[in-house]
Amino acid sequence: MMAWRQRWDRILPHLVIWPPLLVSCAYVLVFSVWTTWVSFTRSTLLPDYSWAGVRNYTAMLASRNWQIAFTNLFIYGACFVVLAMAVGLLLAVLIDQRIRGENLFRTIFLYPIAVSFVVTGTVWGWLFNPSIGVQKLVHDLGWTSFRFDWVIDRNMAIYTIVVAAVWHGSGFAMALFLAGLRSVDADLVKAAQIDGAGAWRIYTRVVLPTIGPIFVAVLVMLLQFAIKTYDLVVALTAGGPGLASTLPALVVYDFMFQRGELGRGAAAAVMLLGSLTVVLIPYAGFRAWQNRRGAARV
Amino acid sequence: MSALTIRNVSKHYGPLPVLKDINLEIDSGEFTILVGPSGCGKSTLLNIISGLDTASEGMIEIGGRPMNGVAAKDRNIAMVFQSYALYPSMTVRRNMTFGMECRKVPKQQQAEILDRVARLLQIEALLDRKPSQLSGGQRQRVAMGRALVRDPLLFLFDEPLSNLDAKLRVEMRMEIKRLHQRLGSTIVYVTHDQIEAMTLASRIAVMHQGVVQQFADPDTVYNRPANLFVARFMGAPPMNTLAARLEMVDGAVVAVMGQGETAVRLPAPDVAQTWAGREVVLGIRPECITEPTRHFSDAPGTTVTVAAPVEMTEPTGAETIVVLRLGGEQALGRVAPDIRLTMGETARFAVDTRKICLFDPISEGRIA
Repeated sequence: MMAWRQRWDRILPHLVIWPPLLVSCAYVLVFSVWTTWVSFTRSTLLPDYSWAGVRNYTAMLASRNWQIAFTNLFIYGACFVVLAMAVGLLLAVLIDQRIRGENLFRTIFLYPIAVSFVVTGTVWGWLFNPSIGVQKLVHDLGWTSFRFDWVIDRNMAIYTIVVAAVWHGSGFAMALFLAGLRSVDADLVKAAQIDGAGAWRIYTRVVLPTIGPIFVAVLVMLLQFAIKTYDLVVALTAGGPGLASTLPALVVYDFMFQRGELGRGAAAAVMLLGSLTVVLIPYAGFRAWQNRRGAARV
Repeated sequence: MSALTIRNVSKHYGPLPVLKDINLEIDSGEFTILVGPSGCGKSTLLNIISGLDTASEGMIEIGGRPMNGVAAKDRNIAMVFQSYALYPSMTVRRNMTFGMECRKVPKQQQAEILDRVARLLQIEALLDRKPSQLSGGQRQRVAMGRALVRDPLLFLFDEPLSNLDAKLRVEMRMEIKRLHQRLGSTIVYVTHDQIEAMTLASRIAVMHQGVVQQFADPDTVYNRPANLFVARFMGAPPMNTLAARLEMVDGAVVAVMGQGETAVRLPAPDVAQTWAGREVVLGIRPECITEPTRHFSDAPGTTVTVAAPVEMTEPTGAETIVVLRLGGEQALGRVAPDIRLTMGETARFAVDTRKICLFDPISEGRIA
């Protein structure tokens, strides 16, 4: 009986670790490798394993779709991350003032993250739509020269995505920042008060530097949100007008499943994966550096 | 000159009273210690002095200036926190100059002050390190340095040694005392450690349940505690408090503990005459019950020898704590370490009767 029990105790950790690991390997690694492989082949509608070299990559990099999508990704990524962090931090600092009804506000601001991207995109689509949304409302109030037609404006369409994404993501940033602010030793603030620092200086010089690691964590999470963005655009602008608000993930889908250019689409997907890695590797390096510094301390 | 005056200060959170009508007058250059068990209100009082918290009633004066409505930064105080509260993202140097920077002290002067304080605390070598790279004792020094770069009217210390290990605590305690003697600054220091209070203070305020039980020099607090709470709180081991009955024998007051054969009689102070025939609580410090060869004083009647059964002994090395029975009640004595006592046997002890205190069993205040 005892021996059986011991054997079970030895086996159990393996049972817990291996099946999920194998499943993740199958889904993540195998399909990533397969996609990478396909990206070097002449595949069109169906996989075709004849070698094509880097032709798909050069073709994608030269294509207008990819260039517009990637430029958009830079605009959208930068605006979204900066604004979502700024709004999130502002909300967190305001809520941190021990206001009444804190739980209510926290719930309200955190709620958008519980709404799916498709719903977010659809609702913001209505708001931005000149014939039924905000423009219509203002017109009906009597200000008929008012224009708010970003969603159909080539130069502004990408910013409608930014607005919707910031609305969706800043509550999440707020929650992380608030947790960070709450973890700051209250004595630090008291010490700064006695040292004669005002509220602005207490935050900028004492509190926010203390939660530096939270900034990095929020930055990385928002960036990978940005790079993966797909359904929000589909629901809000469908990449339009024309290609004005398309993003790399939409290009991947477009080439793979609508144009029947599996090789090209796969190449685009691999490049998208590459850009995610560009974000995550510095973060991993930062964590390793932090751990080393932490270890050196002890 | 009075450096700090606390007048009728009360604090309550909702219906819950934390401080009840506190009155303290602290002179310039004094080292005052607020001591008491946790929850007695001592830290709240310190926060009210610092301006980080506000009193519900009453007023605070620092250096003769009323402080009601004056922000912490304008009170000309410096504070050392229990957690040290060093700014983790700044170097030791920046930690110490941050306050001067906020107060717009010229750079040149900042450097001079930093230099002087760093030398005083011997932390010159640490100036470019971050707090996370310092040991507990070093952090403690930097925290004090941050307070010392200011030349305030009042230094406030909030349990500054309680995060250090026992050995370091004793070292830092001596260092704080030396600093105070050297700088002659006015200090209000909060602790729950009565040994810290005894060793450092020029005056001790013993607090309990939001009330100052006694505010006096360490000697008085120790030898003439104002009430039973102070008697039992100060000293380790604490004062023995035994039920006794006062009797008049040949015109002298005698405290009797126990009944019949085992009764113990000790001469009591004459001022307790009016209490003759009544029940009291007799307080006596463990070091006043010791081996029979000990000679306390040349004055007649100082030393009385009693016989008492020994229940247990605890040798600590420097001395031996004896648990004994005085008239049926348990009491502690302290004897020299070379005295060998057998458990369960009756031994003789010398009692220093000068140090006997008597308390009213109902009001718990000291009678004599």
